[in-house]
This record gives sequence, C-alpha cells and structure tokens, in this order.
Amino acid sequence: MFQNIGEMVVLFWRTLMALPLTWRQRGKVFDQLFEIGNASLLMVCILSFFIGGVIALQTGPVLVERGLASAVGGVVGIAICKELSPVLMAVLIAGRIGSAMAAEIGSMRVYQEIDALRTMNISPIHYLVLPRLVAIATALPMLVIFSILVAWLGGALVCLSNDRIAISFASYFMNLNDVVAIKDVANGVFKSFVFALIIGVVSCQQGLITRGGPRGIGRSVTKAVVNSIVLIVILDYILTRVLLR
Amino acid sequence: MNTASRTNGGVGLKVKGLCKSFASLEVLRDINLEVKPGEIFVLMGPSGSGKSVLLRHLVGLEVPDAGEILLDGQAIQGEGVLSGYRLAMVFQSGGLLNSLSVGENIGLYLSEHRLKSPEEIERIVAEKLDVVGLRGTENKMPSELSGGMRKRAAIARALVIEPQLILYDEPTSELDPLSSVVVAEEIVRLNDRIGVTSLVVSHDRQLAFGIADRIAVIHEGQIVTVGAAKEVEQSTDPLVKEFLSAGYKRATT
Repeated sequence: MFQNIGEMVVLFWRTLMALPLTWRQRGKVFDQLFEIGNASLLMVCILSFFIGGVIALQTGPVLVERGLASAVGGVVGIAICKELSPVLMAVLIAGRIGSAMAAEIGSMRVYQEIDALRTMNISPIHYLVLPRLVAIATALPMLVIFSILVAWLGGALVCLSNDRIAISFASYFMNLNDVVAIKDVANGVFKSFVFALIIGVVSCQQGLITRGGPRGIGRSVTKAVVNSIVLIVILDYILTRVLLR
Repeated sequence: MNTASRTNGGVGLKVKGLCKSFASLEVLRDINLEVKPGEIFVLMGPSGSGKSVLLRHLVGLEVPDAGEILLDGQAIQGEGVLSGYRLAMVFQSGGLLNSLSVGENIGLYLSEHRLKSPEEIERIVAEKLDVVGLRGTENKMPSELSGGMRKRAAIARALVIEPQLILYDEPTSELDPLSSVVVAEEIVRLNDRIGVTSLVVSHDRQLAFGIADRIAVIHEGQIVTVGAAKEVEQSTDPLVKEFLSAGYKRATT
C-alpha cells in the first residue's frame, strides 16, 4: 500500500512537471475531454436529477410538517452543491472513466506498447498520463457544475409535484438563492477538482504497473476504481473539515 | 537526441558481467558478449533462457543488478548516453499502438519529437511502408493486419528512427514459413543497405543460421557458446548440440 502511495505521489509530481507540455498534447487532451463528456453526460444528467429529487423527497415532508417549508430549497441546495454532486459524480467518473483509463494503459503495458514508446524516447507520462489528467481535472468540475444545476431542478420538480411538500418553483429557488452562496458552489467544485486528480493519478498508476495478461488488467481496473473511491471518501472528510473553517 | 552520434552505420555493443534476478530467480548470470558494428548477431536459446530480458536491458527497459552495457565504449547507464544513440526494437508482439493507425504508428517518433513537418512525415511513412512491402496500409488499424504484416509494420517503425542498433525480439515467432522468410530477408536487406548493427533474439534455428554473421547460445541465463554460424553448428558443447538437434519424430510400432 505504501509503495502504491509513493508511486502515485511520484507520478503526480512528474505529471505536474510536464504541465508546460500540455499545449503540445492538446489534441489528446481534447480527445480525452470528448471521451469523458460523451461517456458520462447522460448518466450525470439522470443521476443528478434523481439525487435532487430524492433529497427533496426525504427532507421536504419533514421540514414542511415542522413549519419549515421555506427552508427546503436551501437544504436541498446546500446538500447538493457541497456534498452530493461532487462525491457522487466523482464516484461515477471513477467507475466509468477511471476504469477505462486503467484498462487502456494496462493493456498497453501488457502488450508492450508502453515499452515501444520508451524505446522511441517518448515518455509515457507525457504521452499517456498528462493528457488524461488534464482532461479529467477539467471535465469533472464542469460535470459537477452541470450536475448541481440538474439536481436543483430535480429537487424543485419534486417539491412542486409532491402533495406533502407542495412548494412552488419560485419559493424553492428564492430560498435556495438566500441560503446557497457562490462560495458553497465553489467549495463543491474545488472538491471535485481534487477528486479528479485522485481518479486520474490512481487509474494511470494502476495501469502503468499492470503485470500479466487479461487477469492483470482486470485486477488493475478493480484496484483503480476501489482505491479511487476509498481515497475520494477519505479526502471528502478532510476537505470538508478544511473548507468548513 | 545527440546529433554527434548521427552517423551512418551501426554502433558497437558490449555487455560486461551482466546479472539480473527477479526475486530469488536468477535470470541472467554474468553475461559477456560483444556485437561488432554492422554485424547481424543472433542470440539463440530455449524459452525462458533469458534472451528477451537481456534484450530489454540493452534498450534500458530493465536495470541490471550488476555489470554494464557499453555502446561504442560508453556505458548506457550514464546520463543521456542511451538517448544519444538511435536504437530501435522490434517487439515480439510488434508493439504497435492499437489506438493509432499503421501510418500514425510509423510516424510516431517523428511526430512526437517534432522532427519533421506533417507532409514530410507522410512521405517518410509511405517510403518506409514501401520498403517493407506494406504500401497503402497507412490508414489501416493494427488489428486489421496479419501477424506477419504487423511485424513488418514494426520494422518500418524502427526504420523511421534510422537506427544504429536494431534489436529484434523473436521476429519470426507466430509467423508462417513464408512470412518468416520475408522478415528474415528484410533484416538482411536492412543490414546491407544502412549498415545497421542487428541483434536478433530467436529460437528459430533456420532464421539464425540463415542470416547470422555470428551466433551466441544462451542457456539458463548464461552464454554457453559464441562464434560464427559454422563454429556454433559444429560445437561439441552438449547443451548446444541438444538445442540445435532437438526434433520430434513420431514413434513407429
């Protein structure tokens, strides 16, 4: 485990050092951005809508019964932007994109493609890791902003249509506007940026250390997803503590 | 890439006291060999004898536990030495990037290092594909090629580097006899044309005795004999004799 962490830190550091080369790799960054957006946008949309809906459904009736109908928009808004969207989108992206990254790099490793790059003096970090890390660190925060908006809308629709809540769009969004500050959204987006780096580094590192054949690739994919999710949850707690100050 | 080393012809290679172990398994044991500039040197040996591991050391893909590898007298472990020479390796599987077309694979070295304009790269790719008899396959994906075509595409990719030393890892494995002959001819033609030093790792006896200037036989991580093809053929070493004469005949009743 400590060896893995050490390798991830070294990989992250080397990728940071390679950041000035991002412009040269822009074609690959755009390819990866398209891949991430194309693979995830619909799922993000569906997931976010129902997360917003279920949070409204869980909190709405309780608050309304206690005469706090005016707080529903704020509760849903805060829960979504500070916690649920960043964490759940990160988990979704770890499963969809992190696994794909680990599998692709892992199979390149197993089938000697990475060795071939090295013999041509092409750094796998510049060629493979940098574009993926830049793309995911750009795409996940953008997906989270989109997710927050869709989830808020999902919450509003549930509040409007559920008889036990029955809050209009206007009062829901007015309350949300009163409670949620730009800083809250920024906190969530910042969290998602950190989670994106975690997913990128963990997945690429697992891909690069893949050994053996198809079984090795499968093992790397599983480890990439599981390790990413564990680190996301741990970091979520740490970041929340830091950002609450 | 060091421009000082951009000379025509091959580079000399010397391996001194090379040892490598993976955990408790000793894979290479005190390997000593010398490949002269411009020669075709074949390293033969049974599967698992350490041939491919030795090859991986020569291009810096593995770090030896002991010993050194010298290119024209310079240890490759030295800062910038390895990148100062134009080395190419043709992998057993070809090592073509499956996500790129054949043309992109062949031009990868030039495009990634920004050595030529896209038009020039296109011209060079077409020229190298022509050399290996794969004209018109630029836009195909590696998965659309046969095993032999993939090996030849890998050779074309190696040619783009204008190598001084080219390493072939089992170039005829998984190939039918006709494709094997094409690949063998290609190795010899390349050697004649640009004087590149070629180190071929193989257990294909026909290939080895057909193309080699000199042959070494490796067994359990140790070189057991080195010499001209004729000398190795006449070797009295029991391991060499056993390896070279191994054959299968169905028992008759």
